[in-house]
Amino acid sequence: MTPEEIHSLLAETFPDDVLAWDPSAKDPFVVIRPDGTPGVMRFLKEDPRTAFDFLDNLSGVDLGERLCVVYHLFSFAHRHRFVVKVEARRDDPRVPTAALIWRGARWFEREAYDLIGIQFVGHPDLRRIMLPDDWEGHPLRKDYVYPTHYAGIDNRREYD
Amino acid sequence: MSLYRSMPDTVLTTTVDKLLNWSRLSSLWYLLFGLACCAIELMQTGGPRADLDRFGSVPRATPRQSDLIIIAGTITLKMATRIKLLYEQMPYPKYVISMGSCSNSGGLFSYAYSVLRGIDKMIPVDVYIPGCPPRPEALTESLLAIQEQIKKEKFLVR
Repeated sequence: MTPEEIHSLLAETFPDDVLAWDPSAKDPFVVIRPDGTPGVMRFLKEDPRTAFDFLDNLSGVDLGERLCVVYHLFSFAHRHRFVVKVEARRDDPRVPTAALIWRGARWFEREAYDLIGIQFVGHPDLRRIMLPDDWEGHPLRKDYVYPTHYAGIDNRREYD
Repeated sequence: MSLYRSMPDTVLTTTVDKLLNWSRLSSLWYLLFGLACCAIELMQTGGPRADLDRFGSVPRATPRQSDLIIIAGTITLKMATRIKLLYEQMPYPKYVISMGSCSNSGGLFSYAYSVLRGIDKMIPVDVYIPGCPPRPEALTESLLAIQEQIKKEKFLVR
């Protein structure tokens, strides 16, 4: 299916959850409501017309007022691709997990939690994946202040 | 007639310090420990062309058997605490080579949030090697510099 066909299928099936559609992007995407994520994702995976059996990539994006999760889906059965975005509020960045639908999402979501600070509700093991467990803050947020100290180490240099 | 001249040619005289230092500098075992792209050059230096083994340097898999640790690569803050632990597990006397720009000062990643800006913030360094990454010849040179340092040390009585 083309992205246009997938979008119209989604818009028919989930009229309340599909918020936006951008066919002009290089990878055309839909934006869906956070609460609708589990239903839409389950449908995209299990419906034989879409059959997105593989979560290619999941990334977090800081859009300023909102935080965004981008899902790149791929279907080995049909060899087609699709992009889904979910936007969450910055002061309460909760998004339902996709880890129960695609197991590969577990580490992707841990990474997005680690670096952007998105809370994936229902994730079985939401810990930091790269930074130390005692790290403060989420470094890829635009308002992140770089630390000068860590674990008693003064990381400043004379030429700062 | 001096004592020296009375001995046959097969007998050598030296001081105990020199003998001990000679044996120490001829068996500088280094910790097999690489962090980033410098580790590739470290492997090359251990390989047949540069061949650190001809100076008696062989890699060891545990800090408890090592005399030397070569910090080869970018040190993240997460790894810095581990390096400190490894260094403390090495028996005295121990030596540290800081290999490459990242290990010297943070280098290319100096302004990253997660990178330690120089291993000398954690452990004392004997020799710094510039380069990104340094060639195996530079690493060999630094090993020779450590050997020169050992020659001057008083080992038996400190």
